[in-house]
Amino acid sequence: MNLHEYQAKELLKKYNVPVQEGIPVDRADAAEEAYKNLKVQFGNAFAVVKAQIHAGGRGKGKIQGTEQRGVAVGKSAEEVKQIASNILGGTLVTIQTGAAGKLVNKVLVAQDVYYPGPNPIKEFYLSILLDRGRGQNVIMYSTEGGMDIEEVAHNTPEKIFKEWVHPGGGLQAFQARKIAFNLGLKGEAFKNCVKFVTNLYNAYVGLDCSMLEINPLFKTSDEKIIAVDCKMNLDDNSLMRHPELEAMRDISEEDPTEVEAGKFNLNFVKLDGNVGCMVNGAGLAMATMDMIKLSGGEPANFLDVGGTANATTVEAGFRIILKDPKVKAILINIFGGIVRCDRVAQGVIDAYKSIGNIEVPIIVRLQGTNAEEAKKLIEESGLKVQSAILLSEAAALVGKAVA
Amino acid sequence: MSILVNKQSKILVQGFTGTEGTFHATQMIEYGTNVVGGVTPNKGGTTHLDRPVFNTVADAVKETGANVSIIFVPPAFAADAIMEAAEAGIALVVCITEGIPVQDMVKAKLFLQSTKTRLIGPNCPGVITAGECKVGIMPGFVFKKGKIGIVSKSGTLTYEASDQVAKAGLGVSTAVGIGGDPIIGTTTKEALELFMNDPETEAIVMIGEIGGGMEAEAARWYKEQKVKKPVVGFIAGQTAPPGRRMGHAGAIIGGAEDTAEAKMAIMKDCGITVVSSPADIGATMASIIKK
Repeated sequence: MNLHEYQAKELLKKYNVPVQEGIPVDRADAAEEAYKNLKVQFGNAFAVVKAQIHAGGRGKGKIQGTEQRGVAVGKSAEEVKQIASNILGGTLVTIQTGAAGKLVNKVLVAQDVYYPGPNPIKEFYLSILLDRGRGQNVIMYSTEGGMDIEEVAHNTPEKIFKEWVHPGGGLQAFQARKIAFNLGLKGEAFKNCVKFVTNLYNAYVGLDCSMLEINPLFKTSDEKIIAVDCKMNLDDNSLMRHPELEAMRDISEEDPTEVEAGKFNLNFVKLDGNVGCMVNGAGLAMATMDMIKLSGGEPANFLDVGGTANATTVEAGFRIILKDPKVKAILINIFGGIVRCDRVAQGVIDAYKSIGNIEVPIIVRLQGTNAEEAKKLIEESGLKVQSAILLSEAAALVGKAVA
Repeated sequence: MSILVNKQSKILVQGFTGTEGTFHATQMIEYGTNVVGGVTPNKGGTTHLDRPVFNTVADAVKETGANVSIIFVPPAFAADAIMEAAEAGIALVVCITEGIPVQDMVKAKLFLQSTKTRLIGPNCPGVITAGECKVGIMPGFVFKKGKIGIVSKSGTLTYEASDQVAKAGLGVSTAVGIGGDPIIGTTTKEALELFMNDPETEAIVMIGEIGGGMEAEAARWYKEQKVKKPVVGFIAGQTAPPGRRMGHAGAIIGGAEDTAEAKMAIMKDCGITVVSSPADIGATMASIIKK
């Protein structure tokens, strides 16, 4: 599950991680209010208005049909209000959102941290994630902050440092010091960085994050170390022990069809193709998508119905796939183990009758427990459903349907 | 021979009296698996499915001599169950549970390093030695006795492969579902190595998917071996879009080497016969064996 920047920052503050302060608002006049409050609190004449969407590249992205960037500095209350009103309700298109963009419902009015002072400011990069190969968490960091880290890794890999954390002992003080030294920090900034990294790691573990990225990690002109932006992904498997985090989910950021599928315990991912599919098991579902492609089609979705394929889930799956007007055929591929194929077949027949007119060809491949009975059921139902037992037969039928 | 489990294995079921545990233990017993008992805290001293129930794994091991355990414990408690089994000296722990928090597995994996226990899974269908012993949730009838070893990240794709192998006139020695999570106990390479050293296995089907570097690691290890058995490989997720989670938590395309395309190229380069369609696994294996 992904969080918004303003939500992630609220959580980080609970772990004593210093952040660029701000106030989330959903109206332009509230943005003006927020600006005034921040000015009283921090004494800065500038404030940054940041669109809150689940995608990166906001600073370079533009609101559709305008020249307004997703992150902009306002130099007065009026200007902040104007920027907020330009962004709110608009659709922000960034390199990560795709051409469709994302609707902005909230902006974060944030303190300007690039204020002048005795020392130079500096932008770094720091993230914490799981190294699957080692089975350990790793802190990845670089002196090159504020930019695309993939590019840094590609062009100047020597500027990326990694610090692995022992699962038993956790992050050690010497490791936090090493990170601060490698970032070239001294004096107050060094001490602040050690504290920052230590507390950030505690937040990563305490909140069961799957990824926590601070870019830029910022040194102010008065030697503070703060998170200016924060991208936080939570481990879905751990949400059961964090109901307060689950409550922060912003459903408007998620694909409505995927949310709908989730209600039926269906694992659904929307894709761009013309052949819908419904499969039991994630691996077989991916393999089925591959097979659709090899047969001349393009998969329209990933849909894993799991171990409990029955009439209700099959019908829900049908309805979800059929919402997509691009779908030219639907392939149902079930390998019955514990799930009995004849029951799935009955589910398909019931769902078909309940939905009424399904205009696209349906190909049903049922294999495993009671596969022969299932094929018979479907053939005797009189429905326009094509039935297969072997995967290769199903592939051929898909090829015919899209030809 | 075969690998990991056989007729002599004594199986313990953790989460024995729950719905899942009861259903699958019954199926395992019907298959002929030697289930010697189970563990459900606070139900010790009772019996279930005509077998004794214990409060702790340690008690169960002392009384029954169990050397394999299968875990059907809910996700929040599953990592604890793995560590309890390892602490009690169980040689092989098979964890079926799906949805274990990743940080729990980070700790459990470290814990296992100081024991002699091998973990299969989590989030896997288990292990089956055809005609002898089923420690998992797979449909037993799909696995015909034979000489092909199967290692796979996916459950239903394992059944698919086994079925195709049988239709091609061959059979299975042991099938191992290693699981689709980012952190798992036994890797593709380790399972492949067990098969290469097993006299009853003549050839291997290796099924992977997008995400992680395990298939590349296995392929490179295979290339180094002097004595080789034929391997047919398939990688699911050639059409998966980058950055999206495809059901299995581990199936997110991230780095350069974890796309299906990259993995298939590495496997080919290392001498593995790679099929691009999942429908071709059985026939390809048969054509290689007959050569």
